[in-house]
Amino acid sequence: MKFLAPYWWQILLVIAFTYGEVWTTLELPSVMSDIVNKGIITGDMDYIYQRGWFMVIITALGSLSAIIAGFFASRVGTGFGRDLRAGVYKKVEGFSLAEMRRFSTSSLITRSTNDVEQIQQVAFFIMRIAVRAPLMAIGAILSAFRTAPSMTWIMVLSVITLLVLVISVFMIAMPKFQLQQKLVDALNQVSRENLTGLRVIRAFNNEKIEKQKFNEVNRDITKTGLFINRITNILEPGMTMIISFTTLAVVWIGAGMVMDDKLEIGNMMAFMQYSLQVITSFLMLVIIMVMVPRAHVSVERISEILETDNSVREPKNPQKPDESKRGLVEFKHVTFTYPDAESPVLNDIDFVTKPGETTAIIGSTGSGKSTVANLISRLYDVTAGQVRLDGVDLRSLSHRDIAKIVGFVPQKAVLFSGTIASNIKYARADITDEAMRRAADIAQADFIKDLPDGYRAQVARSGSNFSGGQKQRLAIARAIAKDPEVLVFDDSFSALDYRTDARLRRELAKRESDKTIIIITQRISTIREANQIIVLNDGGVAGKGTHYELLKSCEVYREIAESQFSEEEMAGELKLAGVSADNASDASNTGEVKYA
Amino acid sequence: MPSQNNSESNRRQPARPAGHRGRGAVDKPRDFWGTGKRLIGYMKPYWKQLIAVMIMVAISTVLSVASPKLLGNITNQITNDYIDLKVYEAIHDRLPKGVNLPDGTTLEDLQKMMPAGANGSQQKYENVSISDSQRERITKLDITKRPGLHVDAIGRIAITLIIFYVASAIFYYAEAWVETNITQRVAYRLRRQLSDKINSMPLDYFDHHEFGDVMSRITNDVDTVSQSLSQVVSEVVYCLASIIGTVIMMLSINASLTLVALVTIPVSAIAVGLIVSHSQKYFKKQQDTLGDLNGHIEEVYSGHNVVKIFATEAKTGARFNYYNNNLYKSSWRARFISGITFPIINLIGNIGYAAVAVMGGRMVIDGRLSIGDIQAFIQYVSRLNQPIVQLSNVTNVAQSTVAAAERVFEFLDEKDEIVTWEGDGEIIENVQGYVDFDHVKFSYQKGKPIIHDFCAHVKPGQKVAIVGPTGAGKTTVINLLMRFYDPDSGTIKLDHVDTKKISRANVRKQFGMVLQDTWLFHGTIKENLLYGKPDATDDDLKRAVKAARAEHIIRALPKGYNTILDENADNVSAGEKQLLTITRAMLANAPILILDEATSNVDTRTEELIQDAMDELMKGRTSFVIAHRLSTIRDADLILVMNHGDIIETGTHDSLMKQSGFYAKLYNSQFEAA
Repeated sequence: MKFLAPYWWQILLVIAFTYGEVWTTLELPSVMSDIVNKGIITGDMDYIYQRGWFMVIITALGSLSAIIAGFFASRVGTGFGRDLRAGVYKKVEGFSLAEMRRFSTSSLITRSTNDVEQIQQVAFFIMRIAVRAPLMAIGAILSAFRTAPSMTWIMVLSVITLLVLVISVFMIAMPKFQLQQKLVDALNQVSRENLTGLRVIRAFNNEKIEKQKFNEVNRDITKTGLFINRITNILEPGMTMIISFTTLAVVWIGAGMVMDDKLEIGNMMAFMQYSLQVITSFLMLVIIMVMVPRAHVSVERISEILETDNSVREPKNPQKPDESKRGLVEFKHVTFTYPDAESPVLNDIDFVTKPGETTAIIGSTGSGKSTVANLISRLYDVTAGQVRLDGVDLRSLSHRDIAKIVGFVPQKAVLFSGTIASNIKYARADITDEAMRRAADIAQADFIKDLPDGYRAQVARSGSNFSGGQKQRLAIARAIAKDPEVLVFDDSFSALDYRTDARLRRELAKRESDKTIIIITQRISTIREANQIIVLNDGGVAGKGTHYELLKSCEVYREIAESQFSEEEMAGELKLAGVSADNASDASNTGEVKYA
Repeated sequence: MPSQNNSESNRRQPARPAGHRGRGAVDKPRDFWGTGKRLIGYMKPYWKQLIAVMIMVAISTVLSVASPKLLGNITNQITNDYIDLKVYEAIHDRLPKGVNLPDGTTLEDLQKMMPAGANGSQQKYENVSISDSQRERITKLDITKRPGLHVDAIGRIAITLIIFYVASAIFYYAEAWVETNITQRVAYRLRRQLSDKINSMPLDYFDHHEFGDVMSRITNDVDTVSQSLSQVVSEVVYCLASIIGTVIMMLSINASLTLVALVTIPVSAIAVGLIVSHSQKYFKKQQDTLGDLNGHIEEVYSGHNVVKIFATEAKTGARFNYYNNNLYKSSWRARFISGITFPIINLIGNIGYAAVAVMGGRMVIDGRLSIGDIQAFIQYVSRLNQPIVQLSNVTNVAQSTVAAAERVFEFLDEKDEIVTWEGDGEIIENVQGYVDFDHVKFSYQKGKPIIHDFCAHVKPGQKVAIVGPTGAGKTTVINLLMRFYDPDSGTIKLDHVDTKKISRANVRKQFGMVLQDTWLFHGTIKENLLYGKPDATDDDLKRAVKAARAEHIIRALPKGYNTILDENADNVSAGEKQLLTITRAMLANAPILILDEATSNVDTRTEELIQDAMDELMKGRTSFVIAHRLSTIRDADLILVMNHGDIIETGTHDSLMKQSGFYAKLYNSQFEAA
């Protein structure tokens, strides 16, 4: 709600002008009744003219007030929406991966777009109608009371009837509304299943079964739709009846009072108008009551974001990286537990790597190897231990310095809309074209040459017009182009075929030899030449060493190798590793395995 | 005031993807009349009901239009009675004490009795002006009796009114009931047709369209059609009946007043038109910037870690602020300008109201109009604006309805899979597993052939591997085999029968598939496993499960075979899902197998298990294997090497290695060191 604070004076203006609008609306029937009572009945034409002009002036004032109120309301409503959106965006931008994971990206997107939109809509609505309806209701009741106090009960009665009608209709329809929502979800699910499984469905010739499934939901949804409509359709004629009977009652009761001189005819007519206004105001209030809870869900979803504390904070007095320890990456007894998780994904990880070295981290899915990459870029903070970059604890480095030191290629390549050039030069606009080409070259992004516009080729949102492998290579080029001290590849080669993978690594070794390189992967062939391989298993280090050392000493590593090489290849590998395993002896042919 | 609030309040707006069409900006159909006609065609079976609907709306409207006039009659009655009373009182006040008038003396008699000139003809009674028409009645008033309210007369009108009110409501509800029936059935039919269509279209369509797009047609668009179809039908009738009825009633009260009131209509129509066209511009702009903004948010959020790692928050933030401010500017303007509509209409309406009050007042004084008439007339004036505004609204609703219908029809009009065989075609049974490709040519896009002239002959039980770099078009061969696509020329034969002469269902029946993307549906494990062969016995099932190495998975689940597989369920991992699809294929027991990168989403140790299961599955069957790891297919009887969509080499592993061509390079690069 603090987002509304800067608008307080505008909100006051909205209320003030809305009051003006309401006042003139309420004044009209009484002017009319004056015309009838003092003008028509007494035959005073001058008075009628005078009041007629008065009416025009009043209504003009009223419309003017309404327009001014609308002006401020639309500014406040949309301004509030803008600020709220900006607030949410800023907050999310500061989130660490832990918070991103907690909310999930798609949920954050809907919250920042649809939910904000929804709230803005309701804020505007409240400003226009929720301010107006109560003012109107109170004003109309007061005026009615002034005109004919003894008839106010008619009004009360009709408002109560109205509320009973509307509430009972909603009570009956509400559970069905929820059911309807569920059925819509079910319909979505069935059709999504049908679409994603087209090949399988057709392979099994099961189109009929799918149609049946769909039709069951279809039938249910139609049935509930019919029910809901039949119930809610009562509302309109019901409300019309209430209004009609109210007017009739006013006339009927009023007639007697007129005869007894307790009421003037003009006042009776005014009273009819007031009752109408009261009823419609209450109707508006009911609508607001329906709308507000719906917006309430959105409000909650937004405040959840705004109230989340960022788990990774910028240091207050950042330290500068130590020049003498350029490119040094140190993991000191690092333990990491995901928030809400019971056991740590990484347990007491300890290693050092320096420029010119390639360190590989291998392990099966869920072994925590991607977490290592995320820790180096401080997308998470360690639970215990320390990660040091250039000799300084990450938590004491500014976020900009970390970004300068580390070049990171995430597992899932993400590009941004723009051109190929703007993507490769993403880190800094001042990267030269030469550096850009060199980076693309190392990254094996030779497909750029085949594009009609080359480096100026358009990249669609999230890079959707490029294939997975192409995106991955561009992401690699992007990281190389910024010339960092440390290059981290988080399973970045998996979208590439073996050949491109091999060529890329060769280029990397040749042309980026001054960098500290960390490769995270599942493929053994990718990392055979690494200076040091760290084998992760169930969060702990299962082995550390070179390829051949590990083949000899590390059980987990050998298992992984066995599953990736054919028997002969494995035998050859083991032989080279100097292991005289049983199956090594009957393998004679290692010629297919070529080494550089 | 019927059907005013149902567009926003009663209607549950389906959640649309961010940045799509929203309020304000109207979605315009390309061919309004054509599509509209077709949509009306859907209502043809219900034409009787539709006519009933229209009649009922008309009756309901006429009844409700008539009531203000009746109500005005009551007021007239009250006014007359009141005046009579005042006259009576005035006379009795002035009558000298002790004078008794004989029964039945009227005012006329009294005046005759009075000395001439004692009372002028313009006399007033207690400040009540009396018009000539009333004078006539009053002169006949029996002044010996104290006049009271004519309760019987008022009661008669009141009862008529009550009948009118109730009848109008009943007709209204009955109409809505019938209408709901029609529109819900139309929606049902549309959805059903869409579902049928999905299952009869060539895969080609879905390879080039997003699922989200198709789904939005099934839910959102059909919803829009069904929601607004009813609105359009009844509201047009209601508005027209209401406008015509009101004007007739107004004319019956007074023609010149009607003229005054009607003048306001074109004025407000023009004003509204101007405002709408002006605000439409901003709505359009708002829609566009909202799209940009949401797109930007989506992009930044999904690339969140990249933004962080590259520390480009300032850059993306500036872009966000730019879009956000633009949105603010266009959206408050759009909102403000469209918000002016109501006060303006109100102003014009109220000026008309004042004019009616003044002119009407004059007429009442002149005796050309009664007070009740003014009351009724004012009610009619306020009734007139509403259906006009509504009618202009209906055209918008009609447009978006037709636009939604257009999207639905567009999908329904897509081509079905074509029948390529003549007559009954041929039926193949007990297939051995011969597969022959004879000079197959194929292109996804006309003029861009990707398979040029492919020949291969596969014998029963052989293993065919398809290899090549990512994006080389390995799935194309599978698509052709299973007749998801048909070759441009050349033939593919199953057991020496051209597959084009066999129905697709019959062809596909011969294949078992295990794909990279493990498709299982929402349902129990058992239902999923039996998907390919619903009539399999429990023994068959158990045997297949065992052969596919899937026993341990099912045993580990709390409900075993009855465990429900959920979209987001974590109880079964990707690898385990793959084993389940292998079981499913095992059970279906088709003579030819297709294994498409079945192990690429799985970590290496689960992969071994799956490999075992697949080896078991392949025993004695002709199989086509797509693999990214070449070591697994070295023993294949035939290897098809693909690059850039074309088959460039064929042969066995050994012969291909000897060629030292593309395959050899590909194979060696696996082990190439950096």
